[in-house]
Amino acid sequence: MKALKLFWIFFRVGVLGELAYPANFFLQLFESLLDLGTALGGLAVVFAYTQTLGGWKPDEVLALVGVFFLVGGVIRLIIQPSLERLIEAVGEGTLDFTLTKPADAQFLVSIQSVEIWRCTDIVLGAIVLGAALSRLGTRVGPGRAAVFAAALLAGLVIVYSFWLILATLSFWLVRVQNILVIFQSMYEAGRWPVGLYPRWLRFALRFLVPVAFATTVPAQALAGRLSASALGAEAVLAVFLFGAARLFWRLGLRRYAGASA
Amino acid sequence: MTGLAGIYVQQFKTTLASFAQYRAAIFIWMIGHVLEPLVFMIVWSAVTLSRGGSVGGFGRGDFAAYFLVLMLVNHATYTWIMYEFEYRVRHGDLSFLLLRPLHPIHTDIVDNLSSKMLTLPLILVSAAVLAVLFKPVFHIRVWAAAAFLPALGLAFVVRFLVEWTLALAAFWTTRVGAINQGYYVAALFLSGQVAPLVLFPASVRAVAAVLPFRWMISFPAELLLGRLTPAQAAAGLAIQAGWLGLALLILKLVWRAGVRRFTAVGG
Repeated sequence: MKALKLFWIFFRVGVLGELAYPANFFLQLFESLLDLGTALGGLAVVFAYTQTLGGWKPDEVLALVGVFFLVGGVIRLIIQPSLERLIEAVGEGTLDFTLTKPADAQFLVSIQSVEIWRCTDIVLGAIVLGAALSRLGTRVGPGRAAVFAAALLAGLVIVYSFWLILATLSFWLVRVQNILVIFQSMYEAGRWPVGLYPRWLRFALRFLVPVAFATTVPAQALAGRLSASALGAEAVLAVFLFGAARLFWRLGLRRYAGASA
Repeated sequence: MTGLAGIYVQQFKTTLASFAQYRAAIFIWMIGHVLEPLVFMIVWSAVTLSRGGSVGGFGRGDFAAYFLVLMLVNHATYTWIMYEFEYRVRHGDLSFLLLRPLHPIHTDIVDNLSSKMLTLPLILVSAAVLAVLFKPVFHIRVWAAAAFLPALGLAFVVRFLVEWTLALAAFWTTRVGAINQGYYVAALFLSGQVAPLVLFPASVRAVAAVLPFRWMISFPAELLLGRLTPAQAAAGLAIQAGWLGLALLILKLVWRAGVRRFTAVGG
């Protein structure tokens, strides 16, 4: 409960800070629309020549695009800005100010910065998802929707944990910013079903840079092609990775304390 | 002219040494350069499978060859000047560049070429690995291969001039992100990076013919892959030359207006 309240306060501060620059909203909306137009244009060109892509129907790939924007929006709204600020704070030694606060430090650094206008990606993603759902029609019942929600949540936890592990590397390494670029490049591959890719790339998108769990897997759930065992495996991975990220963060923090003493 | 050549050599040594420190960063930035054409290669390869082997005259091996060559051309011609220039204007670094007796475009050309010297081995290795994995099919003719080099050179120069001019937008607004992205999206579709241009409707192809994008990226690739007749190739080279002159003219005009404006703001 306290965590939720804290989150709300940080969120509000982020909003208030940005409200002074309303023009940024329109610029961000314009950029998000361009990005969406690119994705839809790509689909249009591809599906002008085929009915299915690797077993995916056009509406199912449309749903995937919606998920891709939704998850990308969440990452850029809060995960990326917050953890980039963490890396900066570790480099400059200003993390001390966060550590002296009487709340869980991992939680604080994970919500410390909100780029509110990035919500345009989330809203557009939701709209695309809604459009895809209405076209998929009655095939998506409450059961399938619940599986989708669970897969999406697990995917977000996996992506967050992965980002935290990368950002925590900054306790040991200097130029972690560059490693984050790897995630951003690889995330782009999530626009298409990872089943299309050759085995080595699929492996990389699952276990080296876990993009697939946050994009393809939830979309598979909507299409009704996600088995219970696959969902279970994703949930286990999410719990495991979250625990691992927490342990790693503690380890890094100990090192930070040691260095500043 | 020997003076300028000497400056180029000296500048080349300096930037090469300074970029060598950031090898890791440059290599990481390259992941996107390889991954983007790779993704479209795979997507189109899946489309050919569902269509029983061929789409608009492209088989799987043809798509592999197209996106492989496109990746190399794109890598040879790309610039990051639009992002760099915004930083320069915003942080005031441009003032120092303007104090030099040399036009800043020269150091930018050298910077661009030296970074590519460092990444060339890597992109060639990537291309070789992808060639082994995806088995491209080439139908290369000697005349087309000979015309490829001037076409690639012109593509590089035209793209450099166009993007350098566009980067000057930073003189008028610090919010160039939207402009850059609009340019990027247009280039993605109109320079054949999403799909070979012949797969687009005739209206899109007509637009691509009059805008510079095709002539900066996909034209050399189409030429090398033997998809153009000698007449089309000659016309393409002429259009590239035309864009070169036009881009140079616009660059001069915009640069003059921009510098005047920059002085006004800084003064």
